Amino acid sequence: MNVVAQDLRWGVKRKTIVSDVSLTVAPGETLGLIGPNGSGKSSLLRLLAGLRRPLSGRVEINGRDISKVPRRALSQQVAFVQQNAATDTNVTVRDVVRLGRTPHRSALSGWSDADEAAVAAALDCVDMTGRRAQAWQTLSGGERQRVHIARALAQTPQVMFLDEPTNHLDIHHQIEILRMVRDLDLTSIVALHDLNLAAMFCDRIVVLDAGSVRACGIPDAVLTQDLLRKVFRVAADVSASPDAGRPHIRFRTE
Amino acid sequence: MTVSDEPGGGAGRLVLFLSLSLLVLAFAVAIATAIGDYNIGLDTVFLSVTNELGLTGAEVAPIEQSVVWNLRLSRALVAALAGAGLAICGAILQALLRNALAEPFVLGVSAGASTGAVCVIVLGIGAGSLSLSLGAFAGAFAAFALVALLSNGATSGPNHTILAGVAASQLFNALTSYIVTTSGNAQQARDVMFWLLGSFGGVRWPDFQLLLLVVCLSLTICILMARSLDAFTFGDEDAAALGVPVARIRLLLFAVTALMTATIVSMVGAIGFVGLVVPHAARYVVGPMHLRLMPACAVVGAVFMVIADIVSRVIATQQTVPIGVVTALVGVPFFAIILYRARPQA
Repeated sequence: MNVVAQDLRWGVKRKTIVSDVSLTVAPGETLGLIGPNGSGKSSLLRLLAGLRRPLSGRVEINGRDISKVPRRALSQQVAFVQQNAATDTNVTVRDVVRLGRTPHRSALSGWSDADEAAVAAALDCVDMTGRRAQAWQTLSGGERQRVHIARALAQTPQVMFLDEPTNHLDIHHQIEILRMVRDLDLTSIVALHDLNLAAMFCDRIVVLDAGSVRACGIPDAVLTQDLLRKVFRVAADVSASPDAGRPHIRFRTE
Repeated sequence: MTVSDEPGGGAGRLVLFLSLSLLVLAFAVAIATAIGDYNIGLDTVFLSVTNELGLTGAEVAPIEQSVVWNLRLSRALVAALAGAGLAICGAILQALLRNALAEPFVLGVSAGASTGAVCVIVLGIGAGSLSLSLGAFAGAFAAFALVALLSNGATSGPNHTILAGVAASQLFNALTSYIVTTSGNAQQARDVMFWLLGSFGGVRWPDFQLLLLVVCLSLTICILMARSLDAFTFGDEDAAALGVPVARIRLLLFAVTALMTATIVSMVGAIGFVGLVVPHAARYVVGPMHLRLMPACAVVGAVFMVIADIVSRVIATQQTVPIGVVTALVGVPFFAIILYRARPQA
């Protein structure tokens, strides 16, 4: 499914947080959203996922204006993974992943084989099958993040939005999660902080700065020394990595 | 039961638990009907009820049959419904506000209802029991409206909503005290006090019928909304991402809570602690998912309240202790055990 945004604008009170963002994501593509703190990554992600209404502009997923699609129908196709979502409730890993089936079930419908299969596949995907009976409260930060991703996968979405999914993960799981997201047969839009990971796993990268798109394209074209200095205010060497089109960034202390 | 096809965690266990609880409830109601200033045997209680229902024509002293049917059974059943309703309210609010302390009274509803009732008792705005109930009802809704206003329709985050509720409670409690101290006489102050702590004295069949309607309607809505309530586990935004129309569901469920609490408080006064303790106890047995939790809350709340009512009538000779005192005295130790056993294992 493709995602198209046209002239999105959003803000609180007089402060504009996202201004005139347009972008197109092709079906199956993995799009990285990078930018400094406060550049509007999270807000843009929420606008694209339909969790917030833009002040102006529109988002189309598969050609349909999402503001006209009922919330539940949208959630059958679009999943969203927050960062650091927490609860005090005493739920198990399995309970959490089962929540992903919410948009597919009516008020009193039973638990179907399809629901069970989706949950099992999602748990398997993030390597948590063996711990499905464990209490969520006892998981580490990284494990919680993986369970949240499993829950999003249990929605069997065609588009997935992830807000910094690699936060709290060790490097092995960072790479694991991003490889999984890239290889999934769905369109994904991922806000990321780590520029090298973005370069390694994203098909294309959008750079946000002060709510506007500063650059957009394949990693090689976007992640230039010049852009890193202007947008991220860091000095860095950008070298071609053995992977074609995927640059490697080495930061300098100047 | 609609939950019979839910895997993982024993639907059979839930059914067993509900059946056992209903049995205990029936037994508790029978005991509550049998005892009083004048004890009546359980066999007489049973025959009186079947007589009134037209099932039997047994010989029972008319006075006993009348006491059982007109006074005690209606009282016990109202107690059961009030307990069920308050427990359901607590479960809803704890889920929506994602706060273990949430219950109807934290949001100032009881305080508002008390102020409304006190206006009627002391200031004599209107007269008669109907206007007392109406006063309490109006007060409860005024408190809810104030909380909704202060918390921007409960959209400003759970803590903000709870703070708004605390502010509303303080305001209405202060108003109540002000009215009582400036305008009330000693007798009125005593009446008010008794009413503030709750009492099942004086409830009759019409109360039961109204409450039955309200509680059944609310419970049905809650069971239909159970999946949506589950989706609030990780917050409003997460619920929205799972396809729940958050604003609409929240409005509906807050309205249900307001209606149920106001109805109960206007009949039997402000009975604390049930809305807080019962959902926690029920969660401990049937887990946190609301399709199981809601029916469990209803029966556990009912049993708890009927037993509390029995205790309130036998604990002191020749008088009835306010029900709110008993719910706290019985509830706190019980709650302490749950808290202790459910403490995080470090």
